[in-house]
Amino acid sequence: MFRFFLGRLGLLIPTFLGVTIVAFGLVRILPADPLELLAGERGMSPERKAELMRQMGMDLPIWEQYLAYLGNLFQGDLGTSFASKRPVLDEFLQLFPATVELSFCAILIAVAIGIPLGILAAVKRGSFIDQTVMGTALIGYSMPIFWWGLLLIILFSGILQWTPVSGRISLMYFFPQVTGFMLIDSLLSGEKGAFLSAVRHLILPSIVLATIPLAVIARQTRSAMLEVLGEDYVRTARAKGLPPHRIIGLHALRNALIPVITTIGLQVGVMLAGAILTETIFSWPGIGKWLVDSIARRDYAVVQGGLLLIAAIIMLVNLIVDILYGLVNPRIRHN
Amino acid sequence: MTIRTTLKAALLGASVIAIAATGAQAKTLVYCSEGSPEGFDPALYTSGTTFDASSKAIYNRLVEFKPGTTEVVPGLAESWTVSPDGLEYTFNLRKGVKFHKTDYFTPSRDFNADDVIFSFERQGKKDNPWNTYTEGATWEYFDGMSLPTLIKEIVKVDDNTVKFVLTRQEAPMLANLAMDFASIMSAEYAAQLDKAGTKANLNQQPVGTGPFTFVGYQKDAVIRYAANQDYWGGKQKVDNLVFAITPDAAVRLQKLKAGECHVMPYPAPADIAAIKTDPNLQMMEQQGLNVGYLAYNATQAPFDNPKVRKALNMAINKDAILYAVFQGSGQAATNPIPPTMWSYNTQIKDDAYDPAASKKMLEEAGVKDLSMKVWAMPVQRPYNPNARRMAELIQADFEKVGVKVEIVSYEWGEYLKRSSAKDRDGAVLLGWTGDNGDPDNFLAVLLGCDAVGGSNRAQWCNDEFEALVQKAKVVTDKAERTKLYEQAQVVFKEQAPWATIAHSVVFMPMSKKVSGYVMNPLGGHSFEGVDVAE
Repeated sequence: MFRFFLGRLGLLIPTFLGVTIVAFGLVRILPADPLELLAGERGMSPERKAELMRQMGMDLPIWEQYLAYLGNLFQGDLGTSFASKRPVLDEFLQLFPATVELSFCAILIAVAIGIPLGILAAVKRGSFIDQTVMGTALIGYSMPIFWWGLLLIILFSGILQWTPVSGRISLMYFFPQVTGFMLIDSLLSGEKGAFLSAVRHLILPSIVLATIPLAVIARQTRSAMLEVLGEDYVRTARAKGLPPHRIIGLHALRNALIPVITTIGLQVGVMLAGAILTETIFSWPGIGKWLVDSIARRDYAVVQGGLLLIAAIIMLVNLIVDILYGLVNPRIRHN
Repeated sequence: MTIRTTLKAALLGASVIAIAATGAQAKTLVYCSEGSPEGFDPALYTSGTTFDASSKAIYNRLVEFKPGTTEVVPGLAESWTVSPDGLEYTFNLRKGVKFHKTDYFTPSRDFNADDVIFSFERQGKKDNPWNTYTEGATWEYFDGMSLPTLIKEIVKVDDNTVKFVLTRQEAPMLANLAMDFASIMSAEYAAQLDKAGTKANLNQQPVGTGPFTFVGYQKDAVIRYAANQDYWGGKQKVDNLVFAITPDAAVRLQKLKAGECHVMPYPAPADIAAIKTDPNLQMMEQQGLNVGYLAYNATQAPFDNPKVRKALNMAINKDAILYAVFQGSGQAATNPIPPTMWSYNTQIKDDAYDPAASKKMLEEAGVKDLSMKVWAMPVQRPYNPNARRMAELIQADFEKVGVKVEIVSYEWGEYLKRSSAKDRDGAVLLGWTGDNGDPDNFLAVLLGCDAVGGSNRAQWCNDEFEALVQKAKVVTDKAERTKLYEQAQVVFKEQAPWATIAHSVVFMPMSKKVSGYVMNPLGGHSFEGVDVAE
């Protein structure tokens, strides 16, 4: 087991180096640099530009810049934002809890609704219910997030006025950030109604972000269930005269869930990508919006630092999933 | 007394307290801003979003623009004198002005000359310890407007008098000092930060003299301010000001309708008609201090011939552009400066839309089978909400006079860079929003010889025009300057380095509860003196 763990860990190092190259290179392939965008219509004289490039170390050959970046990275320095002049890591840590909170709620919704729907569709295969569920899932999967988010805002916040339009909590509440998770901070603040306000603000963005994963999970659960329901042991269980809920709940679901769990793990990456759009629509102060702004400004340090941190998190989640798999399934461990 | 009646009494008491508390509730004005400020030191940045959150709310300048105009009025300087040679500006500073008292700073003295010197020397002097106080500090406006070579020195005459000594005459100097980058910071606060080894906080925890005191910024979400109780310009009508950062225009509008905010900037053009009919909302509008233009490259044939440029200008149907691109909320541009700016020459007539005459003029100039590029910006700007559409209309117009057009576009930063190149081909759609309300800020910046290869996208350097603009720069008498600029506009129109397209109208939707808001022709958003009904 320990060797298996080391092997997986060993794979991470080249992957990580690869990510640094991609993150560093990608943002530099983009046309234009931060100085031109800063100068805008006014433009900047070539002399002044050369001087600023030198000040920022942008006049060095690209590989020297990369090596310097890598050197700083190994000392835990992700660089400083060109716009805010603050360390990238500080900004990330300040904003990341908001993204985690939103993603966590979204995945909770996706799982809590997606799995039962998938089971229902599998059990009632070919029925009207199955077709409705799968049809809806297909629509959910193909939904343009931006449009869907605006639609929900107009209906629930604009016309019905059930939920707030955007933000994380009502502006009435003002308390210091302790954990960065609004649900926890609002409870810690002890202010009446703060927690409820935070929950109300979470509803719409969570639903929007959950839409695609929900559809994927429902479809995956259905197909895994169908496969398992055709197995011999399920037929045996039926023959034994077990009640249907025990066959499905105990025998079939447990086995069907294995591929579903993998899918949920993979959705973490999808979540972070979806968060970029969802956060922009709902003015949610997380890393998605931060990255979008930074790409527009060519804030090199933030884009490469942000990408790196996100990649590191996804790699970590995959590592954990791999290890869990190894623990659960000896075949993988020994291969 | 039974338990029930005790409970009832307690509940009644509680509700009375609650009502009393509501009655005394602080008045809060919520502004749905369009983006996050980059920081709170306005001299480091160029974006209006950052200025709104920093210089407009927190700081003052020596001189200010009178609300709603570009007229320069006293600010932290009560009065000033200019020496006869125009090289010395002496400012008499306002007495008794207090810097903000915050959690992180308590001023021990009033505003004085040291603060003025600190605010400018940190930008201009390379050896000033504050010149590089935060990593990657650049002083874009200060350097971009050539102030390092203009300002020879800033002298503290006494605690309440400061003298700016210039190397050359510069008539727009006062207007420059009213700009955001010239905001006055506290030297005492800077010294405190320096001592604590936290210089970078000058950009994160601002201290100014302005109408609102900084309370806190939750990145990308909310900025909070409290009314400055000691403000020299009088007490504010609201107790708190909140910026709720909302990047999407459709979402901003929904928040405004739901009462989650009181004022929003930059509505989507398609929503304007609906906002105007909403019973709970009001719409303010103002002629923007801007111009959208199509710049030919005056150094490249056949566009080096003014007749060709003039002929092409006559082929453009501006009414169609105003209708399709500006949705009626714009004004056809005749001159390179907007009509709301002083020295605007009302005598000049625009080139009439006349494709037949245009075609004939092109033939006379010997232009046949011309094909050219028209550059369309990839972004929406106040002076041009849809450059692609505009380019398509121009393409169709030029086609009618036998000129083939290929529309090209680049990513925004790349567009700005490539369009500046001297050997650039074709004609570029671009525009400008004024910084300080001075005609020099349009005519010299956009059409001066020094700006060729930079912000002069027409690469047009005309001796007659240049002489007029340069002369107007050093004359301090406004009437005389006006005459010079009026003449310069005549030369511009004859030479036609641009097709002047339009000046746009800027809209500001707000709740009907809001009163006292004054729109800023320079495009910023200030909430000084604004009230909101309960």
